[in-house]
Amino acid sequence: MNLTRRVLLTGTAALAAPAIVRAQGTRPIRIGEINSYTAIPSFTLPYRNGWKLAVEQVNAAGGVLGRPLEVISRDDAGKPQDAVRLAGELLDEQKVDLLAGGFLSNVGLAVSDFALQRKKLFVASEPLADALVWEKGNRYCYRLRPSTYMQAAMLVEEAAKLPAKKWVSVAPNYEYGQSAVKWFKQLLSAKRPDVRFVAEQWPALGKIDAGATVAALARAEPEAILNITFGPDLTNFVRQGNTRGLFEKRAVVSMLTGEPEYLEPLGDETPEGWIVTGYPWAQVDTPANQEFVSAYQEKFKTHPMMGSVVGFAMIRAIAAGVAKSGNTDTEHMADGFAGAVFDTPFGRAAFRAIDHQSTLGTFIGKTVLKDGRGVMADWHYDDGGKFLPPDAEVRKMRPAAG
Amino acid sequence: MDFLAVQFLTGLASASSLFLVAAGLTVIFGVTRVVNFAHGSLFMLGAYIGWSILTRLPREPGWFALGVLGAAGATALLGVMLEAIVLRRVYRAPELFQLLATFGVVLMVQDATLAVWGPNDLSLARPAWLRASVAIAGQRFPAYDLFLIGIGPLVLLALWLLLHRTRWGVLVRAATQDREMTAALGVDQRLLFSAVFALGAGLAGFGGALSLPDQSANLQMDLSAVVEAFVIVVIGGLGSLPGAYLASLLIGLLQAFGIVFVPRATLVLVFVAMAAVLLIRPNGLLGRPLAPGQITQEIRPVIRAAPTTLKWLGLACLVLAIVAPFFAGPFLLSVLTECTIAILFAASLHVMMGPGGMPSFGHAAWFGLGAYAAALAVERGGASTMVALLAAVLVPGIFAIVFGWFVVRLAGVYLAMLTLAFAQVVWAIAFQWDALTGGDNGILGLWPGGWLRSAPAFYWLTLAICVGGALVLRRAMMAPFGYALRATRDSTRRAQAIGLDPRSLRAAAFALAGAAAGLAGGVFAFAKGSVFPGYAGIGRSVDALVMVLLGGVDTMAGPIVGALAYTGLYDVLLLATSQWRFILGLAIILLVMAFPEGIAGATRRFWLRGREA
Repeated sequence: MNLTRRVLLTGTAALAAPAIVRAQGTRPIRIGEINSYTAIPSFTLPYRNGWKLAVEQVNAAGGVLGRPLEVISRDDAGKPQDAVRLAGELLDEQKVDLLAGGFLSNVGLAVSDFALQRKKLFVASEPLADALVWEKGNRYCYRLRPSTYMQAAMLVEEAAKLPAKKWVSVAPNYEYGQSAVKWFKQLLSAKRPDVRFVAEQWPALGKIDAGATVAALARAEPEAILNITFGPDLTNFVRQGNTRGLFEKRAVVSMLTGEPEYLEPLGDETPEGWIVTGYPWAQVDTPANQEFVSAYQEKFKTHPMMGSVVGFAMIRAIAAGVAKSGNTDTEHMADGFAGAVFDTPFGRAAFRAIDHQSTLGTFIGKTVLKDGRGVMADWHYDDGGKFLPPDAEVRKMRPAAG
Repeated sequence: MDFLAVQFLTGLASASSLFLVAAGLTVIFGVTRVVNFAHGSLFMLGAYIGWSILTRLPREPGWFALGVLGAAGATALLGVMLEAIVLRRVYRAPELFQLLATFGVVLMVQDATLAVWGPNDLSLARPAWLRASVAIAGQRFPAYDLFLIGIGPLVLLALWLLLHRTRWGVLVRAATQDREMTAALGVDQRLLFSAVFALGAGLAGFGGALSLPDQSANLQMDLSAVVEAFVIVVIGGLGSLPGAYLASLLIGLLQAFGIVFVPRATLVLVFVAMAAVLLIRPNGLLGRPLAPGQITQEIRPVIRAAPTTLKWLGLACLVLAIVAPFFAGPFLLSVLTECTIAILFAASLHVMMGPGGMPSFGHAAWFGLGAYAAALAVERGGASTMVALLAAVLVPGIFAIVFGWFVVRLAGVYLAMLTLAFAQVVWAIAFQWDALTGGDNGILGLWPGGWLRSAPAFYWLTLAICVGGALVLRRAMMAPFGYALRATRDSTRRAQAIGLDPRSLRAAAFALAGAAAGLAGGVFAFAKGSVFPGYAGIGRSVDALVMVLLGGVDTMAGPIVGALAYTGLYDVLLLATSQWRFILGLAIILLVMAFPEGIAGATRRFWLRGREA
């Protein structure tokens, strides 16, 4: 049993990093990792499990370029200014070879800007802000997760098939919510010129007045609703919406809602038929996901979340990038990560050379209730690479990095 | 019309929820004068404990009621422990000092809750009767909201009866009116305070458990609850229960209708309303000016120039700080840079809180304004670092002059809350006005250019600006201006009698403090290479308060010691352990107990004891 598992892990890691050479006793490749562990524990604790598992697997398979991986992890307390100080500590005191991590967009942008200043590589794992690879994109920053734009584009593809013409939106009132609504409107209107947006609600993040918001949306008598809220706001919104019948006979398109972090708290109140992006961890029966889920469950005695996949894929991506670069020299890595191909539980992905965005995608499906729990059904995987603007537009949006 | 009726009812329901949290806070404040920052933590604990109890009980209404009461009882017990273990030791400390202790509790509870209940949002499954709705004006309205609409006034009535028709209530009201006199008449204050705390905490827990059918128990609810509760309590008038209910109605309805007409104003609506109320009624809707017996205006010690030994010690520290780049590594240097900026930030708040007698809960407004002024000067105006730093002084300074004229009419916690309202408006503008401020993503790429590019050079500049700024502030406080300012703090009437103009003096101090904090913010922007809305956020304001209180309000060295201690402790703990909040909270509580006058204050007392004996 032990032996077969070892063989399995070696196999998967070898797939991720083709250039692995067996060697011992060499200096480890040090990854300086920063995330909001105390501020956003519901995402970051599964995420930490994810990268721990991946590091263990990669090292069991002989490491990268014959060197083991070592992650030095820091908590940024949810504040970009602390993240910048800790990034300095990781570079100067811990002598890490590259930086990685991030959940909040502003933390990701702050670290990316710091890395540019210090000319060090930064692999942003979770931050969704489009600016990270476009307006503020730079040579030293690569990003793993599909951005707000990409997720909006994936949802639009499904939304355009709906008969609904009269839409309303509800989104948290800050950059993420604003840009998600902006892209969704723009892309949907391009595909469906007959669509109108008749009302919008902008609750403050974490402080939604759900009853009033639901009533205000219902008043516009929409045919479809775009929801961008997540976390505690989403639970609150769904409960009021259910009781007041907001979702009945209406299509709802909802970003991130299918991720276990946000879907599970909805419990038996999960509204059915919402079109969501997320991760149906138990249902995806590809070997890559099955191996990941069983290894994860064996090690941590719980099932993986979206965060777990992000942490796991981040290490895979770094391993592949370093292997392709041939060494840990920053300039080599800044070039070498472009085009690096890596395997994730979702399938194969690569960092694009044009904007350093990875082609990792996400799952799109409909919510259904099963045994008193919300799950995704009729889902399919959308490859991120297919939901990005044409290259000419990307170049225009990425002035700083060329 | 139908829509408005339903929206009205929705507003009433949220008013009840708001009232339940605020009621406990106002009761506690009315009697003990403790600004209980941990009230939101009690609310959160009520929700989590409620979840643990209710998920184990049958899902019928009777059991639900029993479970909610159980959660309220358990939270009340925790409140008593908080009072007996922590607060009882610091009642004698200067005003607002208890706030520091309760802030330590907030930090500890956050980590403890995460450890006990885990990181995921916990939601209580609603049985059919909790999901039911009633048809009102042709629309479905949640039955549970109708229940909430009723529970608010019921709790208000029950509290009114308790306070006006029982002997215990009479004693509580007597203590609210005149604490010293009540004690002189032989009422055991310790018992009374503990009971009041149990009541207040129980109400918070009750509110927390009752929120479960609407929202999940989550780790962010403590801070949002406490800020909302403070707003309600202040709008209503401190210590006034009917006022709190009236304020809850005002805010609940304002939100319900506000989001219909100005959906984007959700962040600021509440704070604009609070500012408006305070400008018209400086003591809140139903609050009364404090009676003479309520103002415990002990004569604060006169701050004199430091003894020679301390001056030499300070000089030695400064020399050490100047030569630091020759032996300190880059990381230590970045921590030192932050500590130095914190010194000016804390010293500027101290000018207001100490000699000015104006506590501020929103000092980060000036810090944030300074940071954004510097950032925009560079980004939009292409200004050099030095010109940008000039903007970082001028812009907040001008805002502080204008805003100061409104603020200085108020006193105490009301003044503090008005500054908080202003800070929240600044924060919301930074957070939402994407085109100007970059919103939540901030403004990036502000690294200082030219000769300031090297870390030691920038550090020396920071040292020169921040220590220099702090010395200027100190000089101002030792000048006739500072003495006049303290005179107006200690006795406004006598100050007026000798021809001082209290309002101008306080407004000048306010502007000075604002400009100095802005400068600190400007330097911080270049130290970090970026600015974010969080620089003007509540967390940053609390940081400043903690630094000043930890160091001690009644010495000039206090804010400096506090800034070094808090910033150093925070930076080191964040690096050292994932349980940094628990340990930092514990450290703050222990420091509060050991040094009720702040670290510098206690040191001064020990120093003087040796000299005067």
